[in-house]
Amino acid sequence: MEMDMWFSDEHTPDVSLRIRIDKQLFSGESEYQRIDVLDSREFGKILVVDGDLMITEKDEFIYHEMMTHVPMAVHPAVRRVLVIGGGDGGVVRELIKYDEIESIDCVEIDPLLIKVCAKYLPELACSLNDDRVSVIIEDGLKFIRSRSDEYDLIIIDSPNPFGAGEGLFTKEFYGNCYNALHEDGIMINQHESPFYQEEAFQCQRMHKRILDSFPISRIYQAHIPSYPSGHWLFGFASKKYHPIDDLNDAEWKMKGIRTRYYLPRIHKGVFALPAYVEELVKDVE
Amino acid sequence: MTDLSQDRAPIYEALERFRRMRVVPFDVPGHKHGRGNPELVELLGSRCVGIDVNSMKPLDNLCHPISVIRESEELAAQAFGAAHAFLMVGGTTSCVQSMILSVCKRGDKIILPRNVHRSAINALVLCGAKPVYVNPEVDTELGISLGMKLNQVKKAIEENPDAVAVFVNNPTYYGICSDLKSIVQIAHGAGMKVLADEAHGTHFYFGDNLPICAMKAGADMSSVSMHKSGGSLTQSSFLLINNAEDEGYVRQIINLTQTTSASYLLLSSLDISRRNLALRGKEEFARVTELADYARDEINKIGGYTAFGREIVNGESIFDFDVTKLSVHTLNIGLAGIEVYDILRDEYDIQIEFGDLGNCLAYLSIGDRKQDVERLVSAFAEVKRRFSKGRAGMLTQEYIPPKVVLTPQASFYADKEELELDKTVGRVCTEFVMCYPPGIPILAPGEEITPDIIDYIKYAKEKGCSMTGPEDPRIEKLNVIAGTIY
Repeated sequence: MEMDMWFSDEHTPDVSLRIRIDKQLFSGESEYQRIDVLDSREFGKILVVDGDLMITEKDEFIYHEMMTHVPMAVHPAVRRVLVIGGGDGGVVRELIKYDEIESIDCVEIDPLLIKVCAKYLPELACSLNDDRVSVIIEDGLKFIRSRSDEYDLIIIDSPNPFGAGEGLFTKEFYGNCYNALHEDGIMINQHESPFYQEEAFQCQRMHKRILDSFPISRIYQAHIPSYPSGHWLFGFASKKYHPIDDLNDAEWKMKGIRTRYYLPRIHKGVFALPAYVEELVKDVE
Repeated sequence: MTDLSQDRAPIYEALERFRRMRVVPFDVPGHKHGRGNPELVELLGSRCVGIDVNSMKPLDNLCHPISVIRESEELAAQAFGAAHAFLMVGGTTSCVQSMILSVCKRGDKIILPRNVHRSAINALVLCGAKPVYVNPEVDTELGISLGMKLNQVKKAIEENPDAVAVFVNNPTYYGICSDLKSIVQIAHGAGMKVLADEAHGTHFYFGDNLPICAMKAGADMSSVSMHKSGGSLTQSSFLLINNAEDEGYVRQIINLTQTTSASYLLLSSLDISRRNLALRGKEEFARVTELADYARDEINKIGGYTAFGREIVNGESIFDFDVTKLSVHTLNIGLAGIEVYDILRDEYDIQIEFGDLGNCLAYLSIGDRKQDVERLVSAFAEVKRRFSKGRAGMLTQEYIPPKVVLTPQASFYADKEELELDKTVGRVCTEFVMCYPPGIPILAPGEEITPDIIDYIKYAKEKGCSMTGPEDPRIEKLNVIAGTIY
């Protein structure tokens, strides 16, 4: 029997996305946030934090691949990686596909999130058991403060600028990340959507704050159906490498890494922004 | 005394009853529960404007409280361990002025530390009392004014046996306390009253391991900024007294200058905040202390900064220290406190309480979260990484002992002339000059202007301190007593 149960993810006060839910698999509250796992026919399992959709089984690959393979195809020698947030293990799952990576520090503030994902989203979370991975339960902002010249790549997998992850959208945090990277390091962050007004404003603020710390800061995009407007942006901030001029596509192909969204062919394309997004970004440059 | 318990909030409860009555207003205020001013409702919300009402029988009257306000005052008195508590709606400034006007008349002497808030000296302009200043000690390393040493207070009392009162900051803006209990004993022995400015000490009444509060120390009156660490709305405070028989006269003094249309938003916020602190204050302030200790440790780990704590206590000029205050000495990274204060706001969207020449202070309270403290600490780390420079050329906050020539009142009302800053040396100032915050005067009316003071004003302006007080907003000119050079 089909239930008439719906999860509604509010994208703006006037727009929401409704998904029919088959079952609620988990609901719990941690020190930081409320966490729910839902099961749906169309999107599979859905991770919900404080009522907001975080990832769905059906389209998480797009987000996680784009956060990971874009910088990995540019930086010629990534050895040490830091993932901030990302207790679901999605980014780490993509990272462990690379043999040259020696260590991955995954810093997550909420132990409940890790526990819940390990149980309900094992195909993502089991990556955290890889030998190269250290999971550290700590506020990312605090963890990064005392690091200097330690990482080749930092991936900031933060939820949204208003919840427990607020500190991961601040200028002090981006400055601390700059300081924690080697002299040719790259920082990737999820960059919200440019479409709705409130997110567009956050998007601009983020870009401005990253520009204040990094000499190279470019934005790229992907289509993620379950996210507000479906049009999602990512930030590529770098001390040395240019995201397109320094792309090593031939070498990347040689590695034989299997992906479902990312391709070196689209790598060059995703940095070409629609005119209105370009304008949004130019406004603060 | 009331037999109500601390979980009651009589004013709040009366407002709730009033709301349910759906009374049709043919009285002031004219916005009539917001209907006449929809934009105001849009801004503040209908619950808020709905209780912005006038004094009336079911809601009592602050000028002469006999029912719910009276009960609220009695509950506050009980919570603070005072004989009586007055609900105040003109800020702690009005508390301080009411304290001074209650004990001083024209020509009376009052002993006070020079690092008082401007409201204390303003009260002297109003009543014509004469200040006898006890120069506070200065910590030359940190560059901050400290408390009064006991033997200095003793000396001032002996030299001025005709003084009527001793005024004490408990604590100072930086959280520094004098030996209040001993000061009370000596002052009372000499027949003088003790007035405490506890604008920054509300939490002393509720938390553990904090400095002694004025009522417990035996002070006669105290001004408590409930809206600072206590959580009520801005501008709401308590005036506490230790002798029940003073109530009628103090009420008369308060009514000289207090509004007859007291805001029920402010009154109910006092009521609810008192209830909160009485029921949960101990745990709340334990949490604030823990956060402050954590922030101090983390900031000290960055290096360069000094976030000082109880280790500065010396038993005299720093008799005790309020550990909830997060003061950070910044000169060793080559930045003035006011510069760090500005960078935190302009670059990192973090607003702290104030910065002066050598230090800045972040105010922690019952509303703070660990994640915000992490932001603050990280921003301090970034400020150091991006902006630090050599210490050369940095001035510390020097305490400049005032030369009092006339009473604040005589000089404030004297014939005056306006002179360029540089031409005022040797003249008697008729107005205040201060950095705000913290609002502690560099010059007060009746004091001689010295070259040191001019240098200080210029340096503070150059570093970006927001200077207030004089008629000339740019502080390029000062008003001085006309004619004769004293």
